[in-house]
Amino acid sequence: MLGRTAGGLFWMFRYLERSENTARLLETGFRIALTGAQESNDSEWESIVATAGVRPAYVAKFDDDFEQATVVNYLLRDRDNPSSVMSCIEAARSNAKMVRTALSSEVWEAVNEAWMTLKDQMKRPVSTKNLAEVLTSIRQHSSLVRGALHGTMLRNDIFDFARLGTYIERADNTSRILDIKYYVLLPSTAYVGSSLDNAQWETILRSVSAFRSFRWLNEGEVTPMAIADFMILDKRMPRSLAFCHSKIVGNLSYLNHGADPELPCLKQASQIHARLSGRDIESVFDEGLHEFLKSAIADTGRLAAQIQEDFRFYG
Amino acid sequence: MTERRFFDEMVLEGGDARSPYADYQKWFANEDPKSLLKKSAEAETFFRRIGITFNVYGQKDADERLIPFDIVPRIISAKEWRVLEKGIEQRVRALNAFLADIYNKQEILKAGRVPEHIISRNAAFLPQMIGMMPPGGVYTHIVGTDLVRTGENEFYVLEDNARTPSGVSYMLENRETMLQMFPELFTKMKVRPVSSYPAELRRSLGECAPPNFNGTKPAVAVLTPGIHNSAYFEHSFLADHMGAELVESSDLRVIDGRVQMRTTRGYKALDVIYRRVDDEYLDPLTFNPDSLLGVPGIMDAYRAGNITIANAPGTGIADDKALYSYMPDIVEFYTGEKAILQNVPTWRCSEEDSLKYVLDNLAELVVKEVHGSGGYGMLVGPAASKKELKAFEAKLRARPDNYVAQPTLALSTVPIMTKAGLAPRHVDLRPFVLVSPKRVHITAGGLTRVALKEGSLVVNSSQGGGTKDTWVLGD
Repeated sequence: MLGRTAGGLFWMFRYLERSENTARLLETGFRIALTGAQESNDSEWESIVATAGVRPAYVAKFDDDFEQATVVNYLLRDRDNPSSVMSCIEAARSNAKMVRTALSSEVWEAVNEAWMTLKDQMKRPVSTKNLAEVLTSIRQHSSLVRGALHGTMLRNDIFDFARLGTYIERADNTSRILDIKYYVLLPSTAYVGSSLDNAQWETILRSVSAFRSFRWLNEGEVTPMAIADFMILDKRMPRSLAFCHSKIVGNLSYLNHGADPELPCLKQASQIHARLSGRDIESVFDEGLHEFLKSAIADTGRLAAQIQEDFRFYG
Repeated sequence: MTERRFFDEMVLEGGDARSPYADYQKWFANEDPKSLLKKSAEAETFFRRIGITFNVYGQKDADERLIPFDIVPRIISAKEWRVLEKGIEQRVRALNAFLADIYNKQEILKAGRVPEHIISRNAAFLPQMIGMMPPGGVYTHIVGTDLVRTGENEFYVLEDNARTPSGVSYMLENRETMLQMFPELFTKMKVRPVSSYPAELRRSLGECAPPNFNGTKPAVAVLTPGIHNSAYFEHSFLADHMGAELVESSDLRVIDGRVQMRTTRGYKALDVIYRRVDDEYLDPLTFNPDSLLGVPGIMDAYRAGNITIANAPGTGIADDKALYSYMPDIVEFYTGEKAILQNVPTWRCSEEDSLKYVLDNLAELVVKEVHGSGGYGMLVGPAASKKELKAFEAKLRARPDNYVAQPTLALSTVPIMTKAGLAPRHVDLRPFVLVSPKRVHITAGGLTRVALKEGSLVVNSSQGGGTKDTWVLGD
């Protein structure tokens, strides 16, 4: 496969994953705004913007105005925001177009249709009335692409690069969400064993679509450690760091294809994976949650760069 | 009833169907026009979903447009096709002999059959190609001869398109669409298939492997300028259907004298490149030192016999419209036979007498730029306003050698489906030709372009034209 094609597949699926994550964040913010009894919802929207990793650019454009409609449209459809859902869908489709010969026609059509439908739905500012519908549509379209990928693509290097893009983006996303909110999970701000501020932990869990599965596993008992454990170390949870990195090691092992010596990216991925396995969450807290997350974000970034180099995405 | 000025390919004067359309008309008479219109709309959705779109340069929002598709097929009888096939093959063989001659011995210039200035003033002439003899002497491997019809037995070649003909993906997708929409018609009528084109293209390119190739299966790639090119869909379509890599110049590098592509596991050598980039973007070392595009050294690899470039660089001289006017001589010079297909009479405005005639009769003529394509920069005299004629006259006087003129042809019509029923519209035809050292292969079919505006003679998609599926009937 061409290095450029591998890069196109990797980024196509990173962007798709990012659009889904942004939509999920918006869904969370919206829900809290609807149900929250706080005096000001704006602070929650501000936190959503920060979690999406676009706070500096947002503030540069709108100062400190974190009004719902402004935030929603910035995250949903602003072309100035490269991580807005629409920008991501555009970028995913451009990449899909570039690597079209590597995709099954079902996958291409699913991406193309997502782009056509969402472009139309987001032509004008999205009102509160339509927000739920648009968010549902985003989620459905990304499910269609994922379904087409799993149902119709050969399990070869094309598939591996697509999955790598997904898991790298997802690992990055989960660690960022945790890092923005890590203070909520610290024993100093919440007494161990006590319930957290409802809105805060709901945000964390909902933004990774894990609110219900967490409750189900923990029978309603919510502790900061349990949440951190679930999102960092639990291998059953498809958005946890441990889950993502075990998948990354799997995909890279296929791609390594008996290379001797082993590709540097596989070596790096295995090290990251080893650090997440066979340990308990207490040791993470002992190390310092914030420090741990900061280095997790940096590790994932380095790994992505190494993948790009090892597979000659850009020469 | 007014006298008809144009030859209609479906209906005779009086309303009976011409014989190739007999079965179709019978079928059509029993169809509900409403449901046919609905099928038309379905076809559009289908095209948009699979992304058969083209990009239009210089139009900001309309970044991706569909070429309108009409559901009434253009039908050609087996007998008509045999004549066209013979004529096209003769012409394409002559074109290749001409191109090989021009870049080598230049016998046709020495014989005085084509004046030297036609070549020396031709912007597409590449001195770098002098002395180059590609495998089998094939310069133009993929040709799209544009034909028009004016009567029962009157066909003209309008353009040779020897450089980079596009549109073959429409020929294939139009057929797929028709097969899905009207399966019953294909059981009633013997329509020759077109679907083997990608496999034929692959075979034909493989037969053009460079002199130094010594493997068993040549590695073929399609070279595209990238996703923003207007024909990108076609580039990826062809690569996909041939099972070839779709490469951009940034993927390629010349290593050890061979053109190689960057894969995830290192560089891999190529043998044949079907390039859809212009000559000047092929090799910055040879053609355009300021260009960031291209593959440095690819021309050295080409001359060394390590890669085949299809179509060959410098082929564009054959698409010059002043040169076109010499095609009957060119065919005769190289084949020793009279041209089977007619040329449209062409006045070269660089010649004083011709210019005078053209200026005197501007309102009846079609005037084209010698290097133009896509219907841009063209004057259709009968459709032009007084003001437009005046403006064009000034252009002609300023740069006469930039123009040729032709009579306005009474292009044949084929009906299209409209809300008011069938309505005749002017068409042309582009069959697709593949040339290798071993054979000339012409797909039985082609791209029929149709001017959707009533009375319009301009069929180019960039000017609002549409397409039809083209059916060549079996015996």
